[in-house]
Amino acid sequence: MGKVHVTTTLNGNAVEFLCETRQTLLQILRDELHLTGTKEGCATGDCGACSVTVDGRLMCSCLILGAEVQGKSIQTIEGMAEGEKLHPLQRKFLEHAALQCGICTPGVLVAAKSLLERNPDPTETEVRYWLAGNLCRCTGYNKIIEAVLDAAAEMRGS
Amino acid sequence: MGDMRYEAAGTLEAAVALLAGAKGTVRILAGGTDLLIQMRSGRVDPELLVDVKGIPEMTSIVVENGAYRFGAAVSSMVLMEHEGFAKAWPGVTEAAGLIGSTQIKGRATVGGNLCNASPAADSVPAMIAAGAIASIVGPEGRREARVEDIATGPGKTSLAKGEIVASFLLPKRPPRSGDAYLRFIPRTEMDIAVVGAGINLTLDAAGVCSHARVSIGAVAERALLVQEAAAALIGSKVDEDALKRMAAAVSAACRPIDDKRGTKEYRIKVAGVMARRAAQIALDRARGTN
Repeated sequence: MGKVHVTTTLNGNAVEFLCETRQTLLQILRDELHLTGTKEGCATGDCGACSVTVDGRLMCSCLILGAEVQGKSIQTIEGMAEGEKLHPLQRKFLEHAALQCGICTPGVLVAAKSLLERNPDPTETEVRYWLAGNLCRCTGYNKIIEAVLDAAAEMRGS
Repeated sequence: MGDMRYEAAGTLEAAVALLAGAKGTVRILAGGTDLLIQMRSGRVDPELLVDVKGIPEMTSIVVENGAYRFGAAVSSMVLMEHEGFAKAWPGVTEAAGLIGSTQIKGRATVGGNLCNASPAADSVPAMIAAGAIASIVGPEGRREARVEDIATGPGKTSLAKGEIVASFLLPKRPPRSGDAYLRFIPRTEMDIAVVGAGINLTLDAAGVCSHARVSIGAVAERALLVQEAAAALIGSKVDEDALKRMAAAVSAACRPIDDKRGTKEYRIKVAGVMARRAAQIALDRARGTN
């Protein structure tokens, strides 16, 4: 069986790849394109470690086939910092110590960025519900929530 | 695992031809939130996947003569963000909003929720209560079916080979109408319904219930339309007595299983409670007080 040829935009750059029809976007990102910032946790859409955005929409890349992203625009954690300059969320995660082992962190950051793009001034409850699909076994979540709220405040200029 | 072909169909006709022409196992790919997991676990090994997200009717939300039609492959997030739809059908919107995390809702679809045919599917009782009609396209052309007639049991539907649920039509809303969906789960978010209840009702100018539909999920092999429960509301002012009779009719209609999420006895009792609470919310919405 021939492979599927896919052209897509990844973190703003045109990218093309060949994939098996069963390969997920997560497998393509990590194993073919060697962008290993996106993590595999459960591979069943429960943990959020593989979060990316596709055409601006937050999704689990383990539940998307590589073949499905033809013509789409994908954003991963690798596209978050501008060169050496960290995104405010990344900086606030460091300041608040909102990570320990770090496996969930890329997914949490991608999900939090997606929230703040829609809602620059979320309540704590809104942050908690938006991030309910991003599991963290280390932090107990409070520091993550504080970091997101603090980053949101800074980004609003308040 | 054999070879699997992936085809992205641009029209319903192309999708139907692909599905009808395949020899082995075929699956329609919309959000993939159930399908990809079934494929990975080996429960299903398709020879062909037909991606339907490029079909305009399946991914759009339109108003037809004052009634909403939305594509079966519209994601929960897109449905929830549609202000006009959310205002007309808050109960259906709530139900779609309970399906998994933000990430899952970005992909998961009401059509997939229906055709995956889980008895606990959250959007299905809300859609049944709404009186939603599925528009189905297949090798023999187009037909319509009520949502309650699609799922027949866990993982099973009444769809014939090659048929696709393309879109759903929700009836035009009369004034003083309200709908609501509630589910019971033992935590606050991200869980599978132990019991779900969808209610849709309309009041006349005097505040008497002139139309009602009641549907319950996770208490039988498929979501049920409970006509006896609706009959308890119709003609009443949805007062204490009517709500009590409605809840009793709901509990009487339950035929649940015992499983790790709840016993039969528990589900039967809670179904009445959830239906009653959902009816109160639907009533407040119909009165414009919510």
